[in-house]
This record gives sequence, structure tokens and C-alpha cells, in this order.
Amino acid sequence: MGKTIAEKMLGKHAGRETTAGEIVMADVDFIMSVDGNRPLSIQVFREMGGKNLFDPKKFALVIDHAPSSPTATVANTLKLVRQFAHEQGCILYEAGEGSCHQLLPERGHVLPGDLVIGTDSHTCTYGALNVFSTGVGVSDAAATMISGKLWFKVPETIRFVLKGRLPAGVYAKDLILHLIGSVTADGATYKAAEYVGESISALSMDGRLTISNMAVEMGAKAGLMEADEKTLTWLKGRTNRPFEPVVSDPDARFVNVLEYDVSKLTPQVALPHRVDNVVPVEEALGKPIQQANIVACTNSRLEDLEIAASILSGRRVHPGVRLYVVPASRPVQMEALRRGILQALLEAGGILGVPGCGACSGGSHFGVAADGDHVITTANRNFRGRVANPEAFIYLASPATVAASALEGKIADCRKYVR
Amino acid sequence: MLLKGKAHLFGNDVNTDDIIASKYKSSTTDMLEMSKYLMGNVDPDFVRRIAPGDFIVAGSNFGCGSSRETAPRVIKLAGLSAVLAKGFARIFFRNAINVGLPVVECDTGGIEEGDGLEVDLSAGLVRNLTRGTEVKVAPLPAVMLELLRDGGLSEHFKKHGTFHLQSIDEGN
Repeated sequence: MGKTIAEKMLGKHAGRETTAGEIVMADVDFIMSVDGNRPLSIQVFREMGGKNLFDPKKFALVIDHAPSSPTATVANTLKLVRQFAHEQGCILYEAGEGSCHQLLPERGHVLPGDLVIGTDSHTCTYGALNVFSTGVGVSDAAATMISGKLWFKVPETIRFVLKGRLPAGVYAKDLILHLIGSVTADGATYKAAEYVGESISALSMDGRLTISNMAVEMGAKAGLMEADEKTLTWLKGRTNRPFEPVVSDPDARFVNVLEYDVSKLTPQVALPHRVDNVVPVEEALGKPIQQANIVACTNSRLEDLEIAASILSGRRVHPGVRLYVVPASRPVQMEALRRGILQALLEAGGILGVPGCGACSGGSHFGVAADGDHVITTANRNFRGRVANPEAFIYLASPATVAASALEGKIADCRKYVR
Repeated sequence: MLLKGKAHLFGNDVNTDDIIASKYKSSTTDMLEMSKYLMGNVDPDFVRRIAPGDFIVAGSNFGCGSSRETAPRVIKLAGLSAVLAKGFARIFFRNAINVGLPVVECDTGGIEEGDGLEVDLSAGLVRNLTRGTEVKVAPLPAVMLELLRDGGLSEHFKKHGTFHLQSIDEGN
């Protein structure tokens, strides 16, 4: 019997053959932890009796959830993060460097075939690079920081076979929202999602990262893709470490194989307050909005900013709308600066935030909406209270839909602005 | 392990922002202080109605959303003894066991607000003392039982210094 990517990867790291359903102890290649956890993983590490990291080169601390250091309490927490990194000699990404889920792939820390954990639920993002990566709590992270190992239940896999190419004005975000709406918020709980097909091959790495990022919104443990020529090209210059991509065998056993033809897909919107409350944009058109966010580890990469800028360039956002822009990382911000993308966004009225989790995580203290406000965002969650105010209403959409809606002051169809 | 208390009902897809909103972490790092805001966005009076040992009883996909371990920690610190649900989100499920909060997967359909419950973890049964009914609990994997018996993952590491799990065949 053949094996899935998930079975092979966990098997490789456990040092034995594994099949879905088994529980294994596996060697972890990389651990990421963020400033947003309470308690911090480094505090639990101490509580557990941890003295030294099993390997400081395999552990990164990222200050991204509250990079603007909004309160003294937060500032003191960030101080602990910096002290720990200094003492242990581990990797530290300082405030302003960007969101963990952009930094780990961008800086070559996570490579095809790797097993990676992070103390943020969207750690599944690296599945786009053929990495088995999953979100964990601080206790699991701390235990791994000490031992280099963690136990995993080998998940069953749902395979999404995505046929056809996305039409103009329809993007990776629309595709993943459509899939989540179709399988629901717990449709893949305890399982791995595997995305294959022409639709995925045609996407850029930025688009693929958007899709894997949201695997957890259908409950999945990982959102896996195969590594192709695009992946290998994208990785060039980012690492010297050898790696080994993994594919599912032709006779692998999937718990479900779901086929979609995406060639007729339209822009999608997730309505408040559920990520799986997804409708075609036609059903949400005209809903007045007061805030538009191009932010978060889902959709604030260069391609996303570029698409938004192409719609907003030479125009002004609607006077009743605040447009927040938070680039995924400093390199993304710098490249957007060089290409005139930031200029276009700022001239259109955009408000620029510190690279990181601003206007998505409620702990960021950036872009908090008022009571009764309707917010359209490129982020991955529209839970009530997500951006620190339970009286606001959040809609999820692609950067193009958010940009078009910012111009019109209401939810709009981006396709009329896309050539 | 025998747990006894009243049922507090919640629906499907209770997410981690519902359980504990992330805004509170900017003003305090004290988990006990944070536990006063348990379910603050959905039911601000909830914490005042809890008697020690009570249960959260919910539908499917409890704890979906972020990986914040704050969620099971504040449930435990608020005095609740377990969460009963038809289903749990994966990360929450692990986090709960890691902090020593029992998570009980069972058919919660027949339980009403305020029902007196007795949860027998060893027998794998939930008895509804108000209604005189009982439902079976989906058994936890052996590895989770081991961790729960030690009082969570921190306690496990304090005791053993590393992973020491009898139920996992490490294959080497």
C-alpha cells in the first residue's frame, strides 16, 4: 500500500514506517515561537526545567504579534523574548522584520520534507513548500525546545484535486475560501489537506502560501503541496541545506478525494462571523464598509500588495473608509517601496503599519474597528472580536476585492478594475 | 477520576477568541487575572455563574482558531473541571491535555443548562444526575492518558526531564 505525503514525512522523522492513525515520536527540524503567546514558550521551557535549547539554530523567536510595543506590559514581555534569545543564542526576528509565516520561508528556515512546529495556528502555511508544519501550544513547543522531539498522530489525508485555471480577478484567496465554505470549518479536523492539480501549479509561491495558510480554518493539521520547479526556483539562494521533497504514492490511501473545477470560480467573501460562511461576491455586493485591511500572514506578500496597488493606483479610497496596509515582512516592504507599490497605496490614502500581525491579531493594537463597523480584510479569520472589538463585523476576501471595496465604500466586484 | 458539577451550555464552533480574547494580554500577564475574562466576548457574566467543578458543555469544533494555550489554561483557572463537547479542534484538544484540563468527547445533545453531571474518566462515562441518563465518552489515546495522569506536559517534563511515554513505540 502506498503512502501519503503526511505518512511519509512523519515516518521519515520517526525513523520507521507509519500509517495514518498511528502515534509516533518524531524529530522536529525547526521550532518557531512568537511574542503573542501567554505564557510565552520560553517561560514554559523554564518551568519544565529547561536549561539549554536542544539546538539554538533550530529555534526562532519572532516579535510579530505586537511589534509596535503598545503597552508597558507588552514591552516587558518583548524584553523577556530578547533576553532569552541573547542568553541561548537562538534566532531572533526583531520587531519590524515581519510576520513569522513570511519570515520562515523567506529566510530559508523551512525546506521541502521538513517537519516544523510553531506556536501559531497558521504554521500550516509552509505546507506550500512541501513542509509538514503545524501549529502547537506553548507546552508542546517548550517540550520540543528541550528534547528536539514531539509526538504526533499521523493524520489521514483529504486530497483536493483542483482543475482548471482561475479566471482574471479571481485569486488564491477566493479558491481557499471556496474550499473552506465547501468542506466547513471542521471538515478536515485531525486530518491533513493535500492540494494538487493544474490550479495549484499555475499559482505563484505567494498564492500557494495563501492557500496553505488557511488549511487550519477547515480544521486541518497541515496544508500540503508538492514541490515543483517553481518551488525549487523560489528556494534558490535562500538555503545551502540539502532537502528532499516528498510526494504521495499513486496508490496512497486518502480518506477523501475532492475534485473542483475552478475555471468558473468568482470572487468569494466570508461573511461575519464564520470563516466557512462563504458566498460569491455577487451576494455581498453593496454592503457598506468603514474599514479595509490589506494585512496578515494570509495576504500581505508582494503579489498581494501589487494587485491592490494596481487597482488603487491613481485613485483615492472612499472618504468613509480607512485603508490599513501591513506588509508581510521588511523585504516585502522594501521591494514594494522600490517598485512604487507603497507609493501608490499611500497616495490612495493607505495607512501603513509595522510588518507583522497588525490589524489581524487583536493584540497588535493596530486598526481596531469601532462598534458597528464593517471591516473587509485579507486576513484569515472573521471571528467576533478578532481585531479586539466584538461589536465589529468582519468580512474576508482577496486583496483585489478589498482594494475595490475600499474605493467604493462598499463590498465591490474587483473584476471591473482588473484588465 | 470522578468529576462533579453543573453544565454550562455553549453552541458549535466556540473559537479561541470567544474563550479568551487576545486584547487582554496587553494589560496583564497574570493568567488568574486573565481567567476573569473567560468567554468575555460572548457572555461577560459567565465567570460569575461558575461554581468550582462545573463543566463547559458544547457542540462540535470546540476551541477552533488560534493555538493559544491561554484558552484551556483560563478555563482551568476559572474553576471548571472539564470541557464536554461533541468534537474539539485539534490544537485546543492537545493544549487542554498538556495543561491538565480533561476534554471529554461525547454526545452532549441531551444535556440542558444547569444539569448536574458526573464525569467518570476511568469508566469513560458521563452521568446526567438531573435526567438519570448516561452517555459514553470517546476514549483518549493512551499517550494523552499518560500525560493527563502526570498532570500535564510541564509536570511530565519536571518528573522525567524529557518525554517518557510508555505508550509510544519509538522504534529504535
